[in-house]
Amino acid sequence: MASRRRLRELRWGGHLGSIVVMVPGDSGVEQTPVAAAGLDSDSAEWLRVLADAGPRREAGLARLHEMLVRIARGECRRRGPRLQLTGPELDDLAYQAAADALIAITGKLGQFRGESRFTTWAYKFVIFEVSAKIGRHFWRHPAVRLDAEDWDRLPGRFGFDPAQEAEWRDLLAALHRAVDEELTARQRRVFVAIVLNNVPLDTLVIEMAANRNAIYKTLFDARRKLRAALAANGYLPDDRSRRS
Amino acid sequence: MTGRSELDRFLRTDPRDVGCAQAMELLHIYAELAAVGDPVEERYSGIAAHLRACGPCEDDFEGLLTALRDEAT
Repeated sequence: MASRRRLRELRWGGHLGSIVVMVPGDSGVEQTPVAAAGLDSDSAEWLRVLADAGPRREAGLARLHEMLVRIARGECRRRGPRLQLTGPELDDLAYQAAADALIAITGKLGQFRGESRFTTWAYKFVIFEVSAKIGRHFWRHPAVRLDAEDWDRLPGRFGFDPAQEAEWRDLLAALHRAVDEELTARQRRVFVAIVLNNVPLDTLVIEMAANRNAIYKTLFDARRKLRAALAANGYLPDDRSRRS
Repeated sequence: MTGRSELDRFLRTDPRDVGCAQAMELLHIYAELAAVGDPVEERYSGIAAHLRACGPCEDDFEGLLTALRDEAT
């Protein structure tokens, strides 16, 4: 809990002036099984530095933040071509992701088990933060339509050839029927948003105040139901009969 | 027919799929092993099944793997 934590302010000069990141002073690192006899020396050193107090820890946090910014920038560049974000916006996103990842990392040090290098574990958090911030960006984007149902987009979504419509018209009509008849209201909403409206899953997570796992599970169950319905009616191969 | 097979591929679910929570929990281990050429798809088949079906988790995996490979060069 934040109220029980000793919060410390760290300031770095640089991008867009100084950045202030609040990191928990009590990181729980003492619970980490540094123990882990197999822990590599670099990872062990990171844990020692971050468990330390005073200037050594602050220098370690500054170095870690710098590494996280580098990874976040690289990740933003990698995803950039798919995003409607310009250079400065992308750079801001990278800095925000690095700052939030640093908070997550220092708060979860006690959960690091030494199953990978410390830096790999830390980079995971900044990649997750970039993902989440991109999802939030699309959520704010007015062009994102969550609930409108435009079934005419479905053929293009799966690459059906318009010239061959006679061959797939019945299949997609059956899919539409199965969506109407087989899915729960929540499954239908997730299917429509992601499949028909091409809403990023991480954006839907924010819109529905859920988490990625819950939305994925809802879509997973919807996919399973829809395929079973289409297979039962002969529109797709029935794997059960193939196995028996 | 491309559209039919693409739709079939999207609707198919793999019972080994571990879901986002577990995949995200273990992603650093999976990516680090993948970066050194370990046969992770066999060792962690549930995560591999998930990454094949979940775009956001697959994207996170690719991002982490790219970061590790860039750092190694």
